[in-house]
Amino acid sequence: MAEYSALSLLRNAFSGNRDWKPAWRKPDPKPAYDVIIVGGGGHGLSTAYYLAAEHGISNVAVIERGWLGQGNIGRNTTIVRSNYLLPESVRFYEHSMKLWENLSHELNYNVMFSQRGVLNLAHTPSQMDDYARRGNAMRLNGADAELLSREEVARKVPGLDVSASARFPIVGGLLQPRAGTARHDAVAWGFARGADRRGVDIIENCEVTGFLRDGDRITGVRTTRGEIRARKTAVAVAGMTGHVMKLAGIDKLPIESHVLQAFVSESLKPFVDTVVTFGSGHLYMSQSDKGGLVFGGDIDGYNTYAQRGNLPIVEDVMSEMVAMFPGLARVRLLRSWGGIMDMSMDGSPIITTGPLPGMYLNCGWCYGGFKATPASGWAFAYTIARDQPHAINAAYTLDRFKRGILIDEKGQGSTPRLH
Amino acid sequence: MSPRRAASGGRIDRARTIRFTFDGQAYTGHAGDTLASALLANGVTLFGRSFKYHRPRGVLTAGIDEPNALVTILAGDVREPNIPATMVEIYDGLSAVSQNRFPSLGFDIGAVNQLGGKLISAGFYYKTFMGPVVGPLKGTRFWMFCEHFIRRAAGLGSAGHAADNARYGKMNAFCDVLVVGAGPAGLSAAKAAAAGGGRVVLADLDAQMGGSTQWSGETIDGKPAAEWAQALADELAATPNVRILPRTTVWGYYDNNTLAALERVADHKLTPARGEPRHRHWIIRAGSVVLATGAFERPLVFRGNDRPGVMLASAAERYANEFGVLPGENIAVFTNNDSAYRAAAALKQAGASVAAIVDIRPDVSVAARELAAQAGAELLLGYAVVGTEGGKGLSNIKVRRFDNAGTLSGEPRIIAADCLAMSGGWSPVVHLASQAGGKPVWDAERQAFLPPSPTQNWIGAGAFAGAADTETAIAEGRKAGEKAAGEKASRAKAVKVFAPALDPNPAPYREVRADGKAFVDFQHDVTAEDVRLARREGFLSVEHLKRYTTLGMATDQGKTSNVPGLAIMAEARGLSIPEVGTTRFRPPFSAVSLGALAGERYGELRPDRLTPMHDWHVEQGARMYAAGLWFRPQIYGHPGETVEQAYVREAKAVREGVGMVDVSTLGKIAVQGPDAAEFLDRVYTNMFSTLAVGKARYGLMLREDGIAYDDGTTWRLGEQEFLMTTTTANAGKVMQQLEYYLDIVWPELRVHLTSVTDQWAGAAIAGPKSRDVLAACVTGTKVDNEALPFMGIVHGEIDGVPVMICRLSFSGEMAYEVYCGAGYGLHVWEALMEAGEPFGIVPYGMEALGTLRIEKGHVTGTEIDGRTTARDLYLDWMLSKKKPFAGSALMDREGLLSPNRLKLAGVVSLDGRALNGGAHVVTGGSLDEPGEDIGHITAVCYSPALGKYIGLAMVRGGKERIGQRAYYCDPVRKRFGPVEIASHHFYDPEGSRMHG
Amino acid sequence: MLITCPYCGPRDLAEFTYQGDANRVRPDPASTDHEAWYDYVYQRANPVGDHKEYWQHSGGCRSHIVVVRNTMTHAVGSVGFAREHEERKSAARHKSGEKA
Repeated sequence: MAEYSALSLLRNAFSGNRDWKPAWRKPDPKPAYDVIIVGGGGHGLSTAYYLAAEHGISNVAVIERGWLGQGNIGRNTTIVRSNYLLPESVRFYEHSMKLWENLSHELNYNVMFSQRGVLNLAHTPSQMDDYARRGNAMRLNGADAELLSREEVARKVPGLDVSASARFPIVGGLLQPRAGTARHDAVAWGFARGADRRGVDIIENCEVTGFLRDGDRITGVRTTRGEIRARKTAVAVAGMTGHVMKLAGIDKLPIESHVLQAFVSESLKPFVDTVVTFGSGHLYMSQSDKGGLVFGGDIDGYNTYAQRGNLPIVEDVMSEMVAMFPGLARVRLLRSWGGIMDMSMDGSPIITTGPLPGMYLNCGWCYGGFKATPASGWAFAYTIARDQPHAINAAYTLDRFKRGILIDEKGQGSTPRLH
Repeated sequence: MSPRRAASGGRIDRARTIRFTFDGQAYTGHAGDTLASALLANGVTLFGRSFKYHRPRGVLTAGIDEPNALVTILAGDVREPNIPATMVEIYDGLSAVSQNRFPSLGFDIGAVNQLGGKLISAGFYYKTFMGPVVGPLKGTRFWMFCEHFIRRAAGLGSAGHAADNARYGKMNAFCDVLVVGAGPAGLSAAKAAAAGGGRVVLADLDAQMGGSTQWSGETIDGKPAAEWAQALADELAATPNVRILPRTTVWGYYDNNTLAALERVADHKLTPARGEPRHRHWIIRAGSVVLATGAFERPLVFRGNDRPGVMLASAAERYANEFGVLPGENIAVFTNNDSAYRAAAALKQAGASVAAIVDIRPDVSVAARELAAQAGAELLLGYAVVGTEGGKGLSNIKVRRFDNAGTLSGEPRIIAADCLAMSGGWSPVVHLASQAGGKPVWDAERQAFLPPSPTQNWIGAGAFAGAADTETAIAEGRKAGEKAAGEKASRAKAVKVFAPALDPNPAPYREVRADGKAFVDFQHDVTAEDVRLARREGFLSVEHLKRYTTLGMATDQGKTSNVPGLAIMAEARGLSIPEVGTTRFRPPFSAVSLGALAGERYGELRPDRLTPMHDWHVEQGARMYAAGLWFRPQIYGHPGETVEQAYVREAKAVREGVGMVDVSTLGKIAVQGPDAAEFLDRVYTNMFSTLAVGKARYGLMLREDGIAYDDGTTWRLGEQEFLMTTTTANAGKVMQQLEYYLDIVWPELRVHLTSVTDQWAGAAIAGPKSRDVLAACVTGTKVDNEALPFMGIVHGEIDGVPVMICRLSFSGEMAYEVYCGAGYGLHVWEALMEAGEPFGIVPYGMEALGTLRIEKGHVTGTEIDGRTTARDLYLDWMLSKKKPFAGSALMDREGLLSPNRLKLAGVVSLDGRALNGGAHVVTGGSLDEPGEDIGHITAVCYSPALGKYIGLAMVRGGKERIGQRAYYCDPVRKRFGPVEIASHHFYDPEGSRMHG
Repeated sequence: MLITCPYCGPRDLAEFTYQGDANRVRPDPASTDHEAWYDYVYQRANPVGDHKEYWQHSGGCRSHIVVVRNTMTHAVGSVGFAREHEERKSAARHKSGEKA
């Protein structure tokens, strides 16, 4: 019988909930592993899980500087979608979507993936054409997409200002019905538990302070809890990539670290049943199962490692929110927080072998890391296990910038704050 | 008089009766009451239902820390949910309703959840609702079915869909000293800071200045504390360099001493005064900040601590002293510290009887004993409350002996009480200090987190900093104010406070363990047992605890539950509280309306950019649409015309006669200086230094990465003077990029840039008869082919207005752009229309403009989309080989030369049906099984010149595919059909028409 | 965040546009050294701690300025005009002109 089920809940309720086991063990690090994954966030944990589950490699340690999931996996706006324009992106994120659709069962952990749809609002006829191009690209690459008229948008999302007098009147939208939201922390905990139950050591409060080397080759890590050796050392540290890679002597990368703020309102009874994005600016919003409106906008737009943003973006995001839903002016912002994104030079991620022998790198997720969590780990595990990328991450190389084979969804070039 | 209202006392105005409703029932209160105090005065005990178990809840606090008594304020159809009743000042006509209950507050079906008990403990939802792995409910279906019901059960108040028609304001403020909190410390700080002459802002979240002086019952400088505070507040109000902000919550501490505050300007009125915003968002840049934000009292954790009638001792004291309201007639007190004794005495003095003071400590201070005696209360030292009884209001408490180790002993004793005033000690309000950066520091004596050492420029004072009593708070406040104002020594004499000498240190915080639900987080129904479950499951760090149990994540943000939760986890793990962890606080300190944060942008998100001819277009029946912030005419439709009929008519008029379009929105940059030509050579791919004065040239700009960026014509007006035009969309970005080059890359170039987009109005006049129109109205210059050849520029006048005319063509016809000072734009436009009348001139909009350019194969932003290269667009001829230019170094990378790239081509519909922008191009197949995806269509039109539906496209191979058959594939619009790939130069490829 | 524009004085973050790493050196315009151009266009040091970076006072005097700012605390250290920034940009200058 599955460890978690309605029946196990009932059984434990009778025993006063005293028999539940820790979701993951708290082991001390062993001297050596087959694979070390630096970073106990969503991508690191899912990589560990898929290494064990798909490739039979379970002599694995996940090394986390603080508490598991303290980074972006627990700081995002929980949106899962594959509504991308370029084929490389649609295929990767659609692969992720398929993993999401079965993730709760795969992990025996309810990650609450709610396929409530993601709706991108269009405000001009030419924006509708842009969305049509994107929707068609999605359909032609195996994802789902529908173009909605203004009337269909109004029916789907009550409370939206669909009036012609709006500053940016809504003319329609692009809907991906299978997209939606998931419970972010549960994803980290579910992957952690799944990896742990398959023998992976998850080592919290263990900061990597350096890399062990044999010539050029990386042979493990130096940590605040001692040296740990490994045949393969993988780095999946999201916003801290620049910092961690410096420890390995990689002084520069095509990445800048930026802070992205996220916001949640007070809890409300169901207000909106879909994820909605505003097309004349940058705003995405949905409602959590607890009732809070969860939303975000642009990054602050300057290099930072501080998990805190500033007021201009707060004001921008709120003004777009109430422009979209004028009924929300009296609803109140409850909490805001910041996560550090590594913003790559074309807005797309890097999942690759190298850049040093014995090393593997997963970074550059920009705004897109949460939805990628399963596929990122899946593809990274493949890359680590086979020493070569899978077809779905073959385009996400580090040398694509040098070679000019860019995956630039927004067409903004090497200005990371614009991606 | 209401049953619970004392005959005298408090700051309410008994002469003024206020009428309001709660859940539809009419009540009265007095001016100065909060909704909570007025309802308590009316004998109401039930205020709300909890989040998960729907347990009946009363009011726990008297302030912003309230977790239970949340209401929705109604203003017609507009709803304001989740407002603590303790923060609502009542006014005539106030209408409030309770939340999270069905069908009524008294009888709530959701209360059935309580039976779930241990089944729905912390995190239960992660372990179930996953449904079957196979069958019709596989995947996410079963979960989404469950989610539907879970969502409806969760949530608190409801937001409405009706638009809020209130105004919101924003204020930028600058001051030398910002004082946050106007209690005794804050008032003293403000006074001291103001004496230095600097600009002082004093903000307090209450309507009344004074903080704890409103209810402390102490005597300051021989005066009742409230009077002392009022006198000081009056004095400050009369001080010119002090600005007092009542009802203002400072909620955010951002970088470089930038603080954000919310002023609730008109929430205490039925309607705001004329011109008054409902809320005002303050951004205060302060030289230094005095944080005098006080402390929150903590509840104790014991079985049944959430029953209506159980409240914080300070809240009970405050209701009695500040509002003249007795929260009960027969009150018991449960405490681990001395402060609650003062509350007991105050309640007695206000007219209640105090049945007992239950204190977990075996011994207490002399002052506390004296207060207990004043209260006439039985003193039960070394006892704890182990349970409460009653329905929707408290009737009895149960007490047992309790020792240092937390062990209970002896038989329970039942004491009748209709109110239990509890105190678990005090937590300084360190939120802003934590937001500013820095980790609060645990103080074992005070059993509290004290502020960290400052990482920004702030100074703490009063209870915030752990001051033991009011006298210390006042002294600290004054010192902080002086220091913040940059002064050294204090000259003022110390203020004497008469107050009982209470012990400021509580007993170590400890849960009273007994079977049954003991609440830590009242709003989210997190119990002590939930905290222990989190530990068992390995959610040990304070952040995991919060996230797994939702402790501290409710609307009150854990203001009352933070330390109790940590204490229970610490005990369970056998660690000290600071070893378990410290919570970092994030903005906002308390919830802020979205409308206020939008401020002046609420109802007007962005400014409108209108050309000088805007009103004319509208009067002529143009349908306008947005182009960035601009508005441009789409078509000038005639009655009964479709969009297609209108643009075809307009485009035809241009090809056959003459038409005119407003091009004022194009970006225009004056490039001036000795090195202007050299500068343009560096930023454009083609040469400008060779351009003759009085001539224009089409230019292309790349990004540094070699991708096409922007295009436009640049006119050489003089040896050292150019007028560059950019696309409408990129005007700002190009200007910024040029400034970047001059400031950072080539500061040695003597070039000056001025954005003149708004200074020039522009009209493009196009068609075989365009020259005739100009000839009819332009004076001061000839416009014939000799005087004004293709790409030539002349200066003249139209109807007395100086104009600059350049002969260039986007439409492919003979065409001119006429520019004049923006103020004369309409005048010149009308003069041109009048001169054109005999030639049948028509104004044309963006659709016709688009049609003409598609026929010519000119590219715009849909093709120069930030991913395409000059070669992709067959603009190779513009890439100078004689000089380097921005982007030249990286434009030859292998990926940018790949044969797989999408390149520009034309497409012609072969089935006579219209094409759609955004459709993809495939090699064959059908809508359901399309062939290979080779590109997409960027722009489409019906071409009056060709009599066909045509489009531009980006397809793999580009020109190589000319003549091939392909298919447009548009699954999102369910369309599929044959096209022929054609040259993108559909019409007059030799350009004979525009040169004519 | 406040940045002290050397021309306008202390101004709010909202008035500025971030223009990125100021340590990058733009190769000689005529250089065809792809490695150097790649380094300039794509590679970033992205340090934890002090970061020398360009900002434009786009909502004010429109000067580009060089700011040293800490990427952990956002504390702003030195500020100066980009035009006077010594280790800047272009490795080669075409002409030596007077400063504007």
